[in-house]
Amino acid sequence: MKFRIYRYNPETDAAPYMQDYELQSEPAGKMLLDALILLKEQDDSLGLRKSCREGVCGSDAMNINGRNGLACITPLASLGDVVTLRPLPGLPVIRDLIVDMTQFFNQYRSIKPYLINNDPPPETERLQSPAQRAHLNGLYECILCGCCSTACPSFWWNPDKFVGPAGLLQAYRFLADSRDQATAERLDDLEDPYRLFRCHTIMNCVDVCPKELNPTEAIGNIKDMMVKRMV
Amino acid sequence: MVNRVVVGAHYGLRDWLMQRITAVVMAVYCVALAGWLMWQPHVDYDVWTALFSSQWMRIFTLLFLFSLFLHAWIGVRDVVMDYVKPAGGRLAIYVLAILTLIVYAIWSVQILWGF
Repeated sequence: MKFRIYRYNPETDAAPYMQDYELQSEPAGKMLLDALILLKEQDDSLGLRKSCREGVCGSDAMNINGRNGLACITPLASLGDVVTLRPLPGLPVIRDLIVDMTQFFNQYRSIKPYLINNDPPPETERLQSPAQRAHLNGLYECILCGCCSTACPSFWWNPDKFVGPAGLLQAYRFLADSRDQATAERLDDLEDPYRLFRCHTIMNCVDVCPKELNPTEAIGNIKDMMVKRMV
Repeated sequence: MVNRVVVGAHYGLRDWLMQRITAVVMAVYCVALAGWLMWQPHVDYDVWTALFSSQWMRIFTLLFLFSLFLHAWIGVRDVVMDYVKPAGGRLAIYVLAILTLIVYAIWSVQILWGF
């Protein structure tokens, strides 16, 4: 198999370039990350992030043949003879496939991704009915890999102002939580032509999400909540 | 990279909602006009003039045009917000777009009631 991998070391390279690698390996049963680990044995200067190697940590998000995804859960056999790998688009590159996620996490932090409840904590836990808990399905599973936000043109153009699909999915995760008491403040904070309304329903986020979540639907639900409280 | 304290501007919902509502008005008008055109065996100047001489058609058309201008304003503003970064350039395009659309609005009243 052939690999074309984006290489860039800001300390030594004037500009990024694509480096070709050849791997003699049977793709059946292997994931892309397995191949990358073998390639790193060939060339240990190749920089990439990885950790759990099973689609839970979100570290090895990258642009695979033009589409964002997690290397560890992308079957090698699904990729064709030439695999082109680039870092996640739109974020500053630290080295090779490693990007600086600061802007992404700044936006995540801005939506206050934690339960806000001013009642004194009960002896055991804050209870939810099964129906209330079911509202969180499709929201809590997000692993913050960044595939969705870095596939979103609105996030590319305004990463400092637009929360992005990942942040908005998490914003709705707390808006939908029956135990959260800060609904009004959260909606106030999101009502902004940039923070929320930069979403133009392009739906790249839904297309690439490795956990098959639907940020566009969550954003629509946030808008619904805003409309309901206004009219 | 900009580290700004993030708070909402507390507006944007009305614009978004207005864009949806104006889209519905335009869709209804287009379907109605297309339906009328299909209903007519032939359309000439007299038939067209007769259609637009009725008050309700003029009002419906004006409603469509105003919806179009409001819809266009939000669309243009969104494109400028995405792609034009310098604040001065942005404001200049906003003002230009608003003035143009106001001229169009006045002009459309003149067209509809002027003949």
